[in-house]
Amino acid sequence: MARAVSPRRRMFTTIAAWSVALIIFFPVLWMILTSFKTEASAVASPPELFSADWTVENYVEVWSRSDYPRFFWNSVVISLGSTLLGLAIAIPAAWAMAFVPGRRTKDLLMWMLSTKMMPAVAVMIPLYLLFLRLGLIDTRIGLVLALMLMNLPIIVWMLYTYFKEIPGEILEAARMDGASLPKEILYVLTPIALPGIASTLLLNVILAWNEAFWTIVLTTTKAAPLSAFIASFSAPQGLFYAKLSAASTLAIAPILILGWFSQKQLVRGLTFGAVK
Amino acid sequence: MSTHSSRLAARIMVAPSVVLLFIWMAVPLAMTLYYSFRLYRLLSPDRTGWVGFNNYLWFFNSPEFWLALWNTLALVGGVLVVTVVLGILIALLIDQPVKGQGLLRILVIAPFFVMPPVAASIWENLFMHPQNGLFAALARGFGAQPILFLENHPMLSVIGIVSWEWLPFATLILLTSLQSLSSEQLEAAEMDGASAFNRLRHIILPHMTRAITVVILIQTIFLLGIFGEIFTTTQGGPGSASTTLPYMIFKQAIAAKDIGRAAAGGIIAVILANIVAYFLMRGIGRHLDA
Repeated sequence: MARAVSPRRRMFTTIAAWSVALIIFFPVLWMILTSFKTEASAVASPPELFSADWTVENYVEVWSRSDYPRFFWNSVVISLGSTLLGLAIAIPAAWAMAFVPGRRTKDLLMWMLSTKMMPAVAVMIPLYLLFLRLGLIDTRIGLVLALMLMNLPIIVWMLYTYFKEIPGEILEAARMDGASLPKEILYVLTPIALPGIASTLLLNVILAWNEAFWTIVLTTTKAAPLSAFIASFSAPQGLFYAKLSAASTLAIAPILILGWFSQKQLVRGLTFGAVK
Repeated sequence: MSTHSSRLAARIMVAPSVVLLFIWMAVPLAMTLYYSFRLYRLLSPDRTGWVGFNNYLWFFNSPEFWLALWNTLALVGGVLVVTVVLGILIALLIDQPVKGQGLLRILVIAPFFVMPPVAASIWENLFMHPQNGLFAALARGFGAQPILFLENHPMLSVIGIVSWEWLPFATLILLTSLQSLSSEQLEAAEMDGASAFNRLRHIILPHMTRAITVVILIQTIFLLGIFGEIFTTTQGGPGSASTTLPYMIFKQAIAAKDIGRAAAGGIIAVILANIVAYFLMRGIGRHLDA
């Protein structure tokens, strides 16, 4: 609802909007600034901004002196792996529900979503015991499976809403030309649906990367991703503020960048197309 | 195009998702139900047996349970109120033509991409810490005593942290809805002399009803399970002051190693989620016939 407004009002709203935006962003900004300070400077009182000692030492140290790279790669493998596996299972399902809908397709979709309503903590113990029995505790495979199943309803829903918008005639034309079903999916549907699949991938990588319940419950050290690492990192009386900030900045940087690129698709994805 | 063979193919393609989700949901739920009627403590694994509703009764007789129940509802309700009200105000503000809109929106949605343990750790260490936090420095600057956020106001602090994380989500969805509002309607109302308040109340808010419903529904699903933020900051304390139902179950399982009780708590959490979902769908579901 862009409307013509007076310059004075425009200046006022610009100042107000930017103040609000900076307040909301400030905690992230402060963390990034702290990550470039020396430890002494990070806890100085009063807080130092322009007089601080700046350094990149924290990043060097976090990356080289700890197991940090292992946590980082665990995060990459687990979030990408669970999302790709989820897509492989969900694409055929969403395709079928969108183009060959049955009487109970809507109910099936609602049921899938309702599995998200179940509190994770309610099934924590049986899952832990099952994973223990199967030897999946503290393994990347175990976490890939758990996070894939956690996000599967969202992946199916998102793909379903994207596929639903593809006109059926295109597919029928392909079939008339003699394309088999796998060929139809691979060569006709997938290229058209690629933007939708891409944003589904992005959102679910973000959700899996940021997941902090199953990663804490199902891992100890070997397969622990960043979310579990940061959750257990307690700074004893502020001794490691700068390093903690550097580790945290590294942990959220990939997702911040991904998220900024995909904010439009994110809204659609998260609301299952209910808000346009 | 729904020939017999394509129907069959469709069923085969849907089957893996349905079967996997059914196993993922039904098997652990059935096991939880089973354990909830059993005596099962990891510290004394030899003593097992049926205990009827004892595990449930332990919860209902525990003062901590009623506090945890209240804390859970306070967390969900508090965050919903803060994020919806502030979300509407911020969406109205940044929907105006302002300079540098692109960068501005990126800054506003950034907290949503911060993983819960990092968000909790930023607030706990860099802001709320009684010696080194920015808030403490601010308080000292005014000659006041630093507020002990996590010690004296643990629930309010957690609500604040979680609200900060979810505010971008609410804002983004409300903003998207606001952008689909026709400006002609608003201009016509303005010409007819409708005040800004009346335009908000009779045109803008009714238009946003569906978006507000979506925000409440989706946030409630995620907020009922909030865990990482409490785990990182207060560990449910001091005492049980910030223990929510999920965290209480976690404590029973991990600290007390009492699987039977934790399982009973899990079943109670499932029932609570269903009650909340029922009232949500009854109360606001009619705005959402997709």
